[in-house]
Amino acid sequence: MTELTLVQAVNRGLQEAMRADPDVLVLGEDVGVNGGVFRATEGLFKEFGGDRVIDTPLSETGIVGTAIGMALYGLKPVAEIQFLDFIYPAFDQIVSELAKMRYRSGGQFPCHVVIRTPYGGGIKGGLYHSQSTEAYFCHTAGLKVVVPSTPADAKGLLLTAIHDDDPVIFLEPKRIYRSASGEVPDGDHRVPFGKARTVREGTDVTLFAYGAMVPPSAEAAEALATDGISTEVIDLRSLVPLDEGAVLASVEKTGRAVIVHEAARTCGFGAEIAALLAEKALYSLKAPVARVTGYDTPFPYALEHVYLPGKDRIVAAARAAVAAA
Amino acid sequence: MAESVAPTIVAPTEGEPFPDARRLDAYRTMVLARAIDERCLSLQRQGRIGFYAPHAGQEAALVGSALALERDDWVFPAYRELAVALVRGVPLGAVFDQLYGNGRDLSRGRQMPNHFAFAEQHFVSASSPIGTQISQAVGAAIAVQRRKAPVITITYFGDGATSSNDFHAGLNFAGVFAAPVVFFCQNNQWAISLPRDRQTRSATLAEKADAYGFPGVVVDGNDLGAVYSAVRAARRRAVAGGGPTLIEAQVYRLGPHSTSDDPHRYRSDAEVEAARGRDPLHRTKAALLAAGRLDEAADAKIWDDAKAAVAAAVTAAESSAALDPLSIFEDVFATVPPRLELERAECAAHLPKGGGPA
Repeated sequence: MTELTLVQAVNRGLQEAMRADPDVLVLGEDVGVNGGVFRATEGLFKEFGGDRVIDTPLSETGIVGTAIGMALYGLKPVAEIQFLDFIYPAFDQIVSELAKMRYRSGGQFPCHVVIRTPYGGGIKGGLYHSQSTEAYFCHTAGLKVVVPSTPADAKGLLLTAIHDDDPVIFLEPKRIYRSASGEVPDGDHRVPFGKARTVREGTDVTLFAYGAMVPPSAEAAEALATDGISTEVIDLRSLVPLDEGAVLASVEKTGRAVIVHEAARTCGFGAEIAALLAEKALYSLKAPVARVTGYDTPFPYALEHVYLPGKDRIVAAARAAVAAA
Repeated sequence: MAESVAPTIVAPTEGEPFPDARRLDAYRTMVLARAIDERCLSLQRQGRIGFYAPHAGQEAALVGSALALERDDWVFPAYRELAVALVRGVPLGAVFDQLYGNGRDLSRGRQMPNHFAFAEQHFVSASSPIGTQISQAVGAAIAVQRRKAPVITITYFGDGATSSNDFHAGLNFAGVFAAPVVFFCQNNQWAISLPRDRQTRSATLAEKADAYGFPGVVVDGNDLGAVYSAVRAARRRAVAGGGPTLIEAQVYRLGPHSTSDDPHRYRSDAEVEAARGRDPLHRTKAALLAAGRLDEAADAKIWDDAKAAVAAAVTAAESSAALDPLSIFEDVFATVPPRLELERAECAAHLPKGGGPA
């Protein structure tokens, strides 16, 4: 075990994967000499050289298109998109090409690329360094979508992503890159996809969260406990595949669900959870499902604290759910 | 206005000449490709296949370029490269199985006709979005560099694709990394309804390479030998570590963009007739006649053999078993996840007994 921050755990995961397999390489903007704008690739250029830690020209479609070609030829590229907000020039490569390559070729051309990208607000990044648009990728068949919230999961999910056979969108909660720190297992530590993590057990209400919304959800649970409300907190970890069993089991126990995400509400991932509960856990529900999310506005700069869900909004939603029945 | 860069025009006598011993075989493949075109246009009109993108007028560019490749090279095609697949050794039956989307289709009926994928021949899965294969070919070429293999990648695209994001990204990356890739642009003069001069103010497409720091050459795409020589030279340069080349093969799309297109809306019959005078099949045949390697009787037999082969492939494709309807849930991921297992079961419960829509 080693005490690491979340971004250090990402770095450690990359380093160990690259040491273990010469076919693993990293490419992206400023990932080499500079070690990445968040330092996620710090030290890798020095250890593995420019052939495996590749500084690319400034083109996201070029980065992902290149990674696809590398993967088709048998390498294991881990592409970094500097901010999720900048991924859209590569959207065509991701949704039209990467996600469909295996399917459209009848399985002849599997295409395993990991795309790492920091997402989310709370860093005074304004419109274009803050968004949480994971739903675009969850909506596209053929992609796996993963969001760690702890250093141990960051390393463990990243190593699983690199060893997976399918394309993975690996979303890193940059707001807690350094504030989240904890013990990280040494060596080939892998956390499976599709297995949610129970952050805290409870019996009255469940908070479903992922990424940077896990810490405020845990804080909210702590505050609710002082009111005598027993709150369960579930960290989904991977959105695709989703641990439906954990979602349903928790609501069957608590009867109340509050879904927390930074993304805008309409068609956000919370809508999928709410639909799942309506389809498969309706008779367990004692109160309407609540969503605590970003608003259906673009992401604001000066007033991001107004936009972003925080402990108080989560507490209020949970109290309302408990008060309803 | 800056003086335009003069790209090299490759004459058939320059560089590595087309091997004479292969010329008759090349012509046979070109005839087969034309016979496939003619048959498929009628199969589509009869409703027997759903769509077709013809390549008539581009056979010399397709066959000449493909013959210049080696077995381990990788092809990143668009959707008009059927003849390249034939040269790569893809059986005619596999081509027709894809056009029909039948139970033997290696792509399992997942794509419209002409969007081929043949892994064994390193013929990468084609898609409909324009130009996306270009940066992928560059990525594979960079992988080749890392493996230090004596291999190149070649990517095919049209004049319209030179306006796309991935044309710029791909050529730019290739220049920066000196990737062993050949960019083979078939300038067939029309991107659906838009003429070449609506894509760029540049005098040629090849000169765009100059801005990316590597050579661009224009070649007469109706000249089998010239195309071959240009690709051989580019291939040799790439394998030697010299980096990429952009080749603009000037051809003419004699047919419609696809069976969904009516070219009478945007171009004149006179223009098409003039292009027919430069038909690469006639030109290759004339060279063979002049060299005494072909006579009219032998030519007629080549055509008869091609049509017979196509007819047999059609019969075989139409007699193949149909796809398993529940196969749509496979190959989304490496293994079928629980969620898709549930959807597959739901779908199975709704399948009509005799086929047809659920």
